[in-house]
Amino acid sequence: MPAWASFAVPFISTAAAAALLAVLLAATGEDPIATYTRMFKIAFVGADSISATLTAATPIMLTGLAIAVSFRMKAWNLGGEGQLYVAAAAAAAVGIALGDSPIGLAVLAMIAAGAVAGALWVLGPSILRVRLHTTELLTTLMLNYVAALLLLYLIFSSSSYVRDTSPAALVYPQGKAIGESAAWPSVTIGEIVLPLGYLIGLASAVTLYVCMRFTRFGFFIRVIGDASATARYAGIRTNRVFLIVMLLSGALAGLAGASQIGDFSHTLEPRGLVSAQYAWTGVIVALIASLNPLGVVVTSFMVGGLRSAGFELQSSQFPSGLIGTMEGLILWCIAIGLVLVHFRITRSSGLAQERDRKAVVQPVEAQPAHGTGILPSENGKL
Amino acid sequence: MNDSLVVQLIASGMFFGTPILFAALGELLGERGGVLNLGVEGMMLMGAVAAVWTTTMVTGNRTVVLFVAIFVAVVAGMLTATLFAFTVITVGANQLIAGLAIWIMSGALGLSSYLASAGDLTGQRALVTFSRINVFGLQDVPIAGPIFFHHNALVYLSWLFVALVHFYLYRTRWGLNLRAVGEDPRAADALGISVVRYRYIHTLLGGAGAGLGGAFFALALSPVFVEGVTAGFGWIAIALVIFAFWKPVPLMLGAYLFGLLAGLGVNLQARGMAVASEVFNAIPYLMTIAALVLASSLWARARPATPKSLGLSYSREAH
Repeated sequence: MPAWASFAVPFISTAAAAALLAVLLAATGEDPIATYTRMFKIAFVGADSISATLTAATPIMLTGLAIAVSFRMKAWNLGGEGQLYVAAAAAAAVGIALGDSPIGLAVLAMIAAGAVAGALWVLGPSILRVRLHTTELLTTLMLNYVAALLLLYLIFSSSSYVRDTSPAALVYPQGKAIGESAAWPSVTIGEIVLPLGYLIGLASAVTLYVCMRFTRFGFFIRVIGDASATARYAGIRTNRVFLIVMLLSGALAGLAGASQIGDFSHTLEPRGLVSAQYAWTGVIVALIASLNPLGVVVTSFMVGGLRSAGFELQSSQFPSGLIGTMEGLILWCIAIGLVLVHFRITRSSGLAQERDRKAVVQPVEAQPAHGTGILPSENGKL
Repeated sequence: MNDSLVVQLIASGMFFGTPILFAALGELLGERGGVLNLGVEGMMLMGAVAAVWTTTMVTGNRTVVLFVAIFVAVVAGMLTATLFAFTVITVGANQLIAGLAIWIMSGALGLSSYLASAGDLTGQRALVTFSRINVFGLQDVPIAGPIFFHHNALVYLSWLFVALVHFYLYRTRWGLNLRAVGEDPRAADALGISVVRYRYIHTLLGGAGAGLGGAFFALALSPVFVEGVTAGFGWIAIALVIFAFWKPVPLMLGAYLFGLLAGLGVNLQARGMAVASEVFNAIPYLMTIAALVLASSLWARARPATPKSLGLSYSREAH
């Protein structure tokens, strides 16, 4: 995809999605223009708004990076939700256990616990994929529901370590608060608050970008993503790269979960985490950014604004569900936009392609024009 | 004897398995034509919200209301599927991305919840629901009674659909054409079979099945609409199609197996077994993973037919 298209497609798609949503808003009796104006103000005007947007953008950016790195090699980790949940539980447990320790230690331990828990939650499906060719797309996804139930169990149906078991909390079950020194610090620039999780996300984005662009490992990921048979033929150990990428992806989603505890809620809130569906939003921002880690920083900020405004408006006449609809519409428009761009390019350079095809030896695995590689095909096996 | 755990489990397995069966039958038709629809869960939720909405809007004879509710749910599923079909068949977009877009757009966080809150339907109980029929007065027959003669009308409708889909796929020219489209759209096209028409029709039928499955939740199983009421059953349906190797009769058995697991908690708790509901609720998802593992390892030996063009868009011009 040419550079102009990776900017034009998301912009035009977002505009198209906004127009479609305006129709829906008007149909259900809301004034679209007034709604959009209010959303923009709440999301992006003023230091408080920006801070709130950054808060919403933090988990979205981290899960978006998780998706960007795995989708780039066509490893379909759709289990970001589950990885985020279990990481939140692990970080909460560590935060409670190390609540009185020197500040740096507890925070570092929580970050590590989140990353490890997220990676462990994706380890099973990854091994099944490598060993038995079981599609990770559905196995990771199934574990989302298991993780959600695990969190509900920890808080509502057991007297687990992360549950508040004091008499006051008996009426409505809730998580135990992490210790004071386990609350993550934040950086304030001007009046804008940058949570630690956001900074971790920024650092991860830059690291990932450099890694994907300039290292041998990043090159392997791209080759496997574009032509897995070629990669195997060239001697790249695809299974090993697959495992590392999946674990990395799980760890990034896990960081989002740890940051939810350390930065924001300071206690495990299963219902809030599950209904927020941050990791699905991560899928959106990653695909809007064409799986570019630096692009994810930008798109997660925009979508974070949408989230923050939606959350702010939700209580009044702004019905819930509109945010997801908008996000889905944007992705839908992008799916179409990508094809239109592709179509234009193949048309204009058809002659050159014809020449190339005659000159180059037949590739090991014929790649259809577009829409390929949806199900992992290892000799045609799922 | 009819109160014994085994009989009750089988009967409740058929009940809980029916929404999965409807959704999976539809998905099977689409996939046989080469279209992988990942939006099933969203389409089910659209069907569920449409069904509940209809029961609050339409008054009158109970049977009529249920008919209308089912019809509206099917239309809702098909409309959502139309959006998907246009994207992947006419435009030729990536089926995975388009499917995820449809799921997010209509799913738990999206349009189904928006419509529910706009129509004040969140937490709304369906005003009219399906109840079990005592077929031929045989509900008390030992063992066979609860299993075969005491279900609601939708369960029997699903049996009819399984038979129809089986007959359609293997005994009619259209079914043969559909399988040809799924295996090799280019060859099918050369034979004069309209790939686009076949894919559209069966993707829409997939939406109809999902809408019907959602309606089962709203009108029989739940029967309250809450955000994400279908709880991942649409995804299980997609996995089930793989597990059943794209064949309708194994699909039915698989759906009932998952239904049995989904109903396990309810049945055991009714017998005073005190285990947290979360533990039981997790079983269907874990078993889905086990089923996928089983399918992928059976695969290595048996090599059953995955539709070869599954997930690939087709255009005459592309080479």
